[in-house]
Amino acid sequence: MTRYYTEEHEWIEVDGDTATIGITDYAQEQLGDIVFVEVPAEGTSLAKGKEAAVVESVKAASDVYSPISGTAIEGNTALEDDPSLVNSSPEQDGWFFKVTVADPAELEGLMDEAAYKDFVAGL
Amino acid sequence: MENKARGGLCHRMSGQSMSEEAETESLEKLPLDAWHRRQGARMVGFAGYEMPIQYEGILAEHEWTRTHAGLFDVSHMGQLTVSGDGAAEALEALLPADIASLKPGCIRYSLLLAEDGGILDDLMVTNRSHEFYLVVNGATKWDDIGHLREHLPDDVTLNHLAGHALLALQGPEAAVALGRLALTPAFQGMPALDELGFMQAGPFFWEGRPLGVGRSGYTGEDGFEISVRAEHVAALADALCAQTEVKPIGLGARDSLRLEAGLPLYGHDLSPETDPVSAGLEFAISKARRATGGFPGAERILKLLAEGAPTRRVGLALEGRAAAREGAEVFAGENKVGHVTSGGFSPTLGHPIAMAYVNAAVSTPGEELEIEIRGKRLPATVAPMPFVPHRYQRRGAAK
Repeated sequence: MTRYYTEEHEWIEVDGDTATIGITDYAQEQLGDIVFVEVPAEGTSLAKGKEAAVVESVKAASDVYSPISGTAIEGNTALEDDPSLVNSSPEQDGWFFKVTVADPAELEGLMDEAAYKDFVAGL
Repeated sequence: MENKARGGLCHRMSGQSMSEEAETESLEKLPLDAWHRRQGARMVGFAGYEMPIQYEGILAEHEWTRTHAGLFDVSHMGQLTVSGDGAAEALEALLPADIASLKPGCIRYSLLLAEDGGILDDLMVTNRSHEFYLVVNGATKWDDIGHLREHLPDDVTLNHLAGHALLALQGPEAAVALGRLALTPAFQGMPALDELGFMQAGPFFWEGRPLGVGRSGYTGEDGFEISVRAEHVAALADALCAQTEVKPIGLGARDSLRLEAGLPLYGHDLSPETDPVSAGLEFAISKARRATGGFPGAERILKLLAEGAPTRRVGLALEGRAAAREGAEVFAGENKVGHVTSGGFSPTLGHPIAMAYVNAAVSTPGEELEIEIRGKRLPATVAPMPFVPHRYQRRGAAK
């Protein structure tokens, strides 16, 4: 399994032809208390760089973009009852959705953990 | 307040998108700027200043204020004094409040009105005996000062207290915490701190430093607003936060608290396009002024009072957790009947709430409406405001 990161502060963990997507610890820290997450329904067709999910903090709603194209295969239902999982465990239990990997070439150009750390350090 | 428009995570991460100011616009620093940063505040641009949006987190800060006492730095707001012969009459020409009957030591909520009755700002007026003390919104203070300078007669003096900071201490334990600072009334015969009721004010000394203290606020809780010279504000903030009841609270919780209290936010729920009657602020038009008029827009406003306004500011309670944000459209069946002016998650109630302007015909509490959020129509019920009951401490003659 390989984990990649985007400049939009999403992480994407690829396991064969499926991938799990969430937002990074830095992102949850910046957003503050998460009170609502809307994940794509199973079967939703997602396009790279397009809106896939919504995350709301007390203050504002933000879009989460899909880092790759594919079909949503599962949303994290635990977030419906406990959206604060995104704050407490953003890169594990607070994952957002799983998607098929339609085009592995789209993964090229995403950052690995070290590159993302450098990216965040430079913000 | 903050921009609630949706942006991608990347936009939010850039730090300043919550501001209404352009990122390139230079932001001023509050007198407590370094203090906020020492307390771990996250700073954002608001009303031209770098301001603390949160310290430990909006939900925790909201809850703390509802159960203990929160300290808010609202030094971005404009503090003005109006004095001289005829000051009361001059203010009455600009505001619909009965200023002439406002007793010394009393505070009144009022509205700065445009010629057509539109709302230029909402403000607090305190009778300080020798002068009137006004607190106006930060984002509008320069326009307000211009408007007042233009309309006040020459023998009435307008002074901007630019060297003063303003703190708000809010919550059920605010009186206990402030009481421990042992403020002394500035003059003999002035009320002691614990004798002040809601919407009453007085001058005090704290360790030799002058403070203007009013029992008022913007959270629905008991509490105080304290005007203090900028050079003393850090010492006062330290002394207050040294009390076990008190924690610093950011703008984020200030917004969720005032929303639950049903208090409108200028620039969102109030604007030059709204009038006092549509806004549900009839109480701000004093009885005496309804009879005599003589305030800007009186003809239109008195007509709206008599006949009812075609649209009304209402509270809306939503189910689920998706919040309605400013600009969301409101529907009754297929018909668009209004729009949301502010909204968010209510930490106290555990569901989203909003304020909206809707057609008067569907403005009665209990009315079942729908709000369009991200292309979906979600149920919303017209709810009485405040959403969370006020807990003001009223005394004697205080209104």
